[in-house]
This record gives sequence, C-alpha cells and structure tokens, in this order.
Amino acid sequence: MLPVGAPPVVVDSLVKRFGPVTAIDGISFTVQAGTTTALLGGNGAGKTTTLAILLGLLLPTAGTVQVLGFDMVRDRYRALGLMNFSSPYVDLPRRLSVEENLVVYGRLYGVGGLKGRIRALAEDLEIDAFLKRPTGSLSAGQRTRVALAKALINRPRLLLLDEPTASLDPDTADWIRSYLDRYRRDSGATILLASHNMAEVERLCDDVLMLRTGALVDRGTPQALIARYGRRTLEEVFLDIARQRRRGTTAGGAAAQ
Amino acid sequence: MTRPPGHGAAEGAAHAIGFSWQRVSALMLRHLYILMRSWPRVLDLAYWPTVQMLLWGFITVFFQQHSSWVAEAAGVLISAVLLWDVLFRANLGLSLSFLEEMWARNLGQLFVSPMRPSELVAAMSLLSLIRTLISVSPAAVLALPLFDVWVFSLGPPLAAFFANLLVLGWTVGLVVSALVLRLGLGAENLAWVLIFAIAPLSGIYYPIETLPAWLQPVSWALPSAYVFEGMRAVLFDDTFRWDLLAGALALNAVYFAAAVAFFLRMIHVARERGLLLQQGE
Repeated sequence: MLPVGAPPVVVDSLVKRFGPVTAIDGISFTVQAGTTTALLGGNGAGKTTTLAILLGLLLPTAGTVQVLGFDMVRDRYRALGLMNFSSPYVDLPRRLSVEENLVVYGRLYGVGGLKGRIRALAEDLEIDAFLKRPTGSLSAGQRTRVALAKALINRPRLLLLDEPTASLDPDTADWIRSYLDRYRRDSGATILLASHNMAEVERLCDDVLMLRTGALVDRGTPQALIARYGRRTLEEVFLDIARQRRRGTTAGGAAAQ
Repeated sequence: MTRPPGHGAAEGAAHAIGFSWQRVSALMLRHLYILMRSWPRVLDLAYWPTVQMLLWGFITVFFQQHSSWVAEAAGVLISAVLLWDVLFRANLGLSLSFLEEMWARNLGQLFVSPMRPSELVAAMSLLSLIRTLISVSPAAVLALPLFDVWVFSLGPPLAAFFANLLVLGWTVGLVVSALVLRLGLGAENLAWVLIFAIAPLSGIYYPIETLPAWLQPVSWALPSAYVFEGMRAVLFDDTFRWDLLAGALALNAVYFAAAVAFFLRMIHVARERGLLLQQGE
C-alpha cells in the first residue's frame, strides 16, 4: 500500500518503442499526491502513450512505472481498482442507457452502495435528467459528463484524463474545469491530464510536464514556465518548446526530475 | 458534494484481488441489458435455427420415403442440424460478445478497469450459453408438432453432446476473437465463416467413413466428429458410446486450453503494440 505522502505516480527511465519508432525516450517523473498535473506536448509528443502505460493498456519497452505503490507491469490489477480514466476517444456502449453504463462499471469496480453513488454523481454532474436515455443519443457535452461520472464511480485516488474538454463549447468546457477543480480540492485525489488547451492547463494545473518527441524537455508550474521562457502565456511557452526555442537559462532535463 | 477518495479506494483494492464473479456478472449485464429489451435480437437468434430445422425436416420427410438409411432413424437429420446449430451458435455467441465490445470502442474502458482477461473469457462463455439456448430451444420444441421428432428423447447423452459442442464453439469463438484483436475488425467475418471449415469434416449429416480414407484422421482430430458419430450410435443402435464421449472430452480439453492461451497471448501482444487503444471502425 502507498505510504501517506508518497507520490502516487513514479515513472523511471520509461521507454516505449513501436518497431523502429521511439514513442517515449527514457522519461522520468513523479506526480505529487493531491495535485493536478498536465502532460503537454504537440501531436506525437508521447502524451497518450504515457497515459496508456500508466493505465496498463500498453507495456513499456524499458523502465518502471509505479502507480499508487503498485508496479503496473506485474501488479496492475491492484492499482486499477483505485484509479480511473476518461477520454473522448474511448466510448461507453452507446446502446446502454447512462444508468446501465454506470451500473455495469460500478459493479466492475466493486462499488458498494452503487445506487446511492450513481444518484450522488448524477446530481453532482447534472446528468440525472438523462439517466434513462441511451448514451449514444447524448450531445458531446452530456457524454463528457457521463464519461466523467464513469471515471469517478469508484472514487479514484488517481484520475487520468485525456483531453477532458476536447470538442466542447466554451461554456460546457468551463463547467467541466470548475467541476474537476472542485472535485480535486474536496476529495484530495490526484489528477493527471493530457491536454492541448493551454488556458485549461493554466487554470487547473499545479504542475506541467512538457513533452517533445517522446522526451521530457521541461517541467514546472504554469507561472514558473511562463517566467522561465519570458512569455505572457503558457501557449507561447508551448510554441517555443514545440519549435525548439528557449529563452531561459534553466536546463529542462534537470527541471524534469 | 464528493467524499474523500480513500473511502471507496480501500474497497477497490480489496475487490481487485483474484477472480471475481461480480465482475463476470457485470460484463454479462452489459450484453443482457441490450438482449432483454430487444425482441428483434431475440427473434434474430431463434430465426435461423428454426428455418434450418424446417428445411431439414422436409428433407427428412422426403428421404423417409426414398432412403432406407434415414427411414431407420427418422430424427437423425433434424437432431444433426440442431446439434450443428449448438456448435455454430456457441461460436457466434462468444465471438459477437467480443465484437460488440470492439464495435462500441469499449475495450479500452474494460481493460483500464480491474477486470481480468479470465473474467472476460468466463463472461463471454456464459453469454454464449445463454444465446445458444435462446437460439436452439424454439427449433427443438417446434420439431415435435411439425415433424414428430423430439430431440430430447436422446436423453442424458444429449447433455453430453450439447456440452461438447458448446465448448468446441467457445474454442472457435476464442480463436476468432483473438485473431480479430490482433488483425482488427477487417477480420470480423471470421466469426461467421471459420466454423464452416470444420463442418464437412465433422460428419454432421453422414458417417465419418463416408469421407476419403486420407481425410478421416483429420475428422477424428475434431471433437465434433465424435459427437455426431455418438449421436448416430444412439439413434441407430440405441447405444451410448462412452469411447466417443471420452475422445470428444479429451480433445475439447486440449483445444479449449490452447484457445484460452492463444486469446491471453493476443491480449499481451495487443498491450505491447497499443492495439487496445486503436479499436473501433
């Protein structure tokens, strides 16, 4: 079991190769308990691959990944019961109603008092009006909230999110961000998210891991990164890194640890 | 609004240890929800076996008047077609459960839950049993008023035949599922066609000795050949051949274990290559 205060995510010298292509090139990082951390990087930087390895969906070529104190290669089932995941790119069965999906996943995660848990989540996430509707009939914003309900069904200690507000209108995206921020503060859970939305990361995240072509090139709070690169926004920092420009003096590799 | 994660987290860790029938039932529930409220799906399951039974029933009526072999045991063709449907439906029932997860792009969600692959195999196998019973039962019952054939008069041997064909269907279904996982949905037609490769060799409607001598050893490597020969022994000679049952059981045990190992191996390969993230159309 994870000792109190120990980092819930410890990645050491992680490498993932697909044939001749190196998707992750020896990255190491930790995520502190109770924080929201972002994985940032352009397309192909390795964000989704890193999340997939943390979820046990993908086996690393080399290196170790410990989640909540469990090795994700040898002992992933113990960790998987304590974490959860949401992504707009992985669906829930569309013909099942929202409630049926939550019942199925609640049982898969062994959630006690499942009816009450679903009722509470439905109220929290404002999905109670369409609990009986087929999941496939919902709008993108409604589906995102349902996916979030599934991701929170087991009260995860670690929540992994892949682009949590992708393709949502600004109002719905803002609602989701507010909810995530509130959830993390109230529950003490740790959140690790991959995003392309810099405003979202600035607003939600305590820590940012900058990836480029599978390598961890910098790390810090949004404010620290903005200051280090002499920019006004995180988006400008992102563009600097993506285009391999650097104005600061701190070595990114050292900062990454 | 929310409770601290520690509350549910402890039960989550305890729940994750070992094989869980609760997770098996959850995996089954996902399919049963759809099946139970969709009468077209139930009708679709029962439709083809009933049509097959009707077709072979009329062929039997004709042969009874023109063939001494069929006249000796009136139910031989109808029993054969019903038992063949057990094999076909058991394979399809398992394959479709897996394909539905792929079509729904739900595999990623399942594999980030504490579900174990062995639980997925158990759930798909039990769903296959349910789908097979729904498929074959109406045709088996209708054969009595329509053709005066009561397949249940085979007695206890029917249970042995059914169980062996069910397990062989699961074996083929697991191989199909593993291949579709490895090759993608482009290979989904295997669910319908692969099983037919063993049909001519299984001696469904004719004795194995009908086949060319060089092909007969291949037939005897199939559990289904033992089942259909056993069925004919009951119908023609009123004898239950324990040796045939033993042969079917032994082969099924080996093949099913190999199919489970192959399925688990393909899941491992999928985790190496990132295939669990790339499923869907």
